[in-house]
Amino acid sequence: MANAPTMTDAQGLPVFLDMHEHDHEAGGSTMLGFWIYLMSDCLIFAMLFAAYGLFGTSYAGGPKASEIFELPLVAVNTSMLLLSSITYGFAMIAMQDRKKSAVLIWLAITGLFGAAFVGIELSEFAHLIGEGATPQRSAFLSSFFTLVSTHGLHVSFGIIWLITLMVQVGRYGLTAANQRRLMCLSLFWHFLDVIWIGVFTFVYLLGVLR
Amino acid sequence: MSLELPKIIFGRFTLDALPIHEPILVGTFVGVAIGGIALLTALTYFKCWTYLWKEWFTSVDHKRIGVMYMVLGLVMFLRGFSDAIMMRAQQSMAFGANQGFLPAHHYDQVFTAHGVIMIFFVAMPFVTGLMNFVVPLQIGARDVSFPFLNNFSFWMTTMGAVIVMMSLFVGEFARTGWLAMAPLSELDYSPDVGVDYYIWALQIAGVGTLLSGINLVCTIVKMRAPGMNLMKMPVFTWTALCTNVLIVAAFPILTAVLVLLSLDRYVGTHFFTNSGGGNYMLYTNMIWIWGHPEVYILILPAFGVFSEVTSTFSSKRLFGYTSMVYATLVITILSYLVWLHHFFTMGSGASVNSFFGITTMIISIPTGAKLFNWLFTMFRGRIRFELPMMWTVAFMLTFTIGGMTGVMLAVPPADFVLHNSLFLVAHFHNVIIGGVLFGMFAGINYWWPKAFGFKLDPFWGKVSFWLWVPGFWVAFTPLYVLGLMGVTRRLRHFDDPSLQIWFLIAAFGAAMIAAGIAAMLYQYYVSIRDRNTPRLRDFTGDPWGGRTLEWATSSPPPAYNFAFTPIIHDLDAYADMKERGYARPEAGFRPILMPKNTPAGLILAVLAAGFGVAMIWYVWWLAALCFVSLVGYAIFHTFTYDREFHIPESEVRETEAARTQQLLAAGA
Repeated sequence: MANAPTMTDAQGLPVFLDMHEHDHEAGGSTMLGFWIYLMSDCLIFAMLFAAYGLFGTSYAGGPKASEIFELPLVAVNTSMLLLSSITYGFAMIAMQDRKKSAVLIWLAITGLFGAAFVGIELSEFAHLIGEGATPQRSAFLSSFFTLVSTHGLHVSFGIIWLITLMVQVGRYGLTAANQRRLMCLSLFWHFLDVIWIGVFTFVYLLGVLR
Repeated sequence: MSLELPKIIFGRFTLDALPIHEPILVGTFVGVAIGGIALLTALTYFKCWTYLWKEWFTSVDHKRIGVMYMVLGLVMFLRGFSDAIMMRAQQSMAFGANQGFLPAHHYDQVFTAHGVIMIFFVAMPFVTGLMNFVVPLQIGARDVSFPFLNNFSFWMTTMGAVIVMMSLFVGEFARTGWLAMAPLSELDYSPDVGVDYYIWALQIAGVGTLLSGINLVCTIVKMRAPGMNLMKMPVFTWTALCTNVLIVAAFPILTAVLVLLSLDRYVGTHFFTNSGGGNYMLYTNMIWIWGHPEVYILILPAFGVFSEVTSTFSSKRLFGYTSMVYATLVITILSYLVWLHHFFTMGSGASVNSFFGITTMIISIPTGAKLFNWLFTMFRGRIRFELPMMWTVAFMLTFTIGGMTGVMLAVPPADFVLHNSLFLVAHFHNVIIGGVLFGMFAGINYWWPKAFGFKLDPFWGKVSFWLWVPGFWVAFTPLYVLGLMGVTRRLRHFDDPSLQIWFLIAAFGAAMIAAGIAAMLYQYYVSIRDRNTPRLRDFTGDPWGGRTLEWATSSPPPAYNFAFTPIIHDLDAYADMKERGYARPEAGFRPILMPKNTPAGLILAVLAAGFGVAMIWYVWWLAALCFVSLVGYAIFHTFTYDREFHIPESEVRETEAARTQQLLAAGA
């Protein structure tokens, strides 16, 4: 509250109106609003994790977690997503230095890592379904596919958003509105990273142990 | 190929889905169609479309959106209430050889639709509408944090309501009860479109509710006028904050559980099925983890209304403001720790049931504190028994009894007897009608003059009041009695003729309520007709001797709410201003930055509804088309950077000069 309005005038009488107000900058609530949205999204994931927690061993005579998960492939996939978070960080640093072309390059690299992640995930799914480990086979597989693909869908939407933002930054530059949008996508992207750490730990690592 | 083509184009929709063989539905359809055509013709004849489109449908003004929510709630209330009348009529006649007039297939849809509509499309729009209208005015803001999202949220809620209404005439609605409990709602037991209507109506409306929750939390946190710290916020704004926090923390759970149910139905997964390792109690748990906070989402703003009304009409400061705030916060937190009391009979064991029984009983402590605060506010106050105050007193008496039967249900051994009985039905109607609905009626009578510049007619309001409140007790006391005798809910037909007298009394009560609703509609009509008489017209903007900021501006408020942002010194900001000689400025105005209207919210919501309907009927090409258009249009909309404009200084000056004239005319 650097330029808070005065509460009392020179005579010590109360001031009831801000007579010298200036326009408020647009989007002052955006970051808070986006945070709250992310937390609500987090609850959706919490429910999916809870379902997986309940159904993690409900194999219904079908394949077990340790029989179908291939940790090396998941490790590669995880590194794709973690690297994409780092490159997004570089894009944000470039944004603060107001280097438009560097921002665009780092965004493009981020998008490629994201696409690689989604691609590897899809091939993993195709492999599982080919083996008969389909979402319809057991409650375990239902909850596994739902949790992992919900995350994957989020990443896919993140990529669409990222491409849109690249066009907008390319066209209109690093305006205040575009910087705010890049910040939001940054939160979204890192949030998905955090969710994936949970997926990797509780679904894949714990899955092969039991 | 020729046989497959209609299936590709229309999915599972065939002409058999139109209920031409059910006379009740045909009659309703003819009535709705004639009424609808008459309305559309009138709007066209009086050239209202441009006005409606420009000033209302595309408006991002929180006041307009709030009023539209209230209209939606009122329209859907009439639909939900006609379901109630049908149920009361059926149950009062279907004894022994008499099967009543509703076949089982239809009756099950009626009780499901009644619950869904009353909660999602009556109570929620009413609550959201009041918050939308009042909160920015009470905190001295010019609009909400995200005005475009606000418009979009409204249209998503409306599209959910449209989808439910559509199920009346195209296909059918769910026959599962309002929470669509699994495995009954699974494909094996509900193969038709009913549950899919339920799912997509709630998903689409749910997006609107969630976004509006985020919007109002941000508005309250970020946009309060200078000087208004958290403990100077009006109580209604406090309850709105807690309610919206609950919305943000509860509605994603509903979204998630409905997604899982959809996957079971559309993809064939095994979340809530009996086979394949599924567990339907997960559905029950998840839906109530949303469902219990949901009832507090509804009641907290009603508590806020009663706080404002009690203090205004007792002409004094609210008693125990601080305890009121903490009571609200405690209720907010506790509402998350009680969900299992909805299914003590699941068999979780004594320890778990005890925990949830005790947390449930604890909620009555902050709620009781609130009641005493209201009573102490009235104590030695100069009480004016205007309509809002009358509804508040009716609430105190009614809700207290509803609360006590709630504590009875919270005792697990008692619940094993009363579970799923009419006692439960009587209890939750007692708190939702006696709490939420009476609160909304108090709020409508209280803030109507702020929204439109004239009061509601007190005579017809009192007629409605005296039909409603006794009518409520005549309608629901018999259900308590029947429930204690062991009659279960959702029955279409009874064998024991000794029960009939109770159902007849209940039906008579429902008829009294119907007359109360008619009187209320007539009250609106008379008030609008006589709006320019001195009896109803209010030029001061402060007809009740209000204490909070919304009464400081004109009625209806200008688009920008306040020409100058107020500075807050005291909890009852406007009472403080009046007391310490606040003088309204008549010069020195500045241009005001406001958000632009946009049709984007409506277009997006229509595309979402198209997607939902296509999914319900398995019309995959249309679903894909709508979905791609939805994403495409959303991206297109983000290319609009220029979303604000200045109201020029001259316009502000003219608006304020007109208000000066009005105040002079009113002699204020």
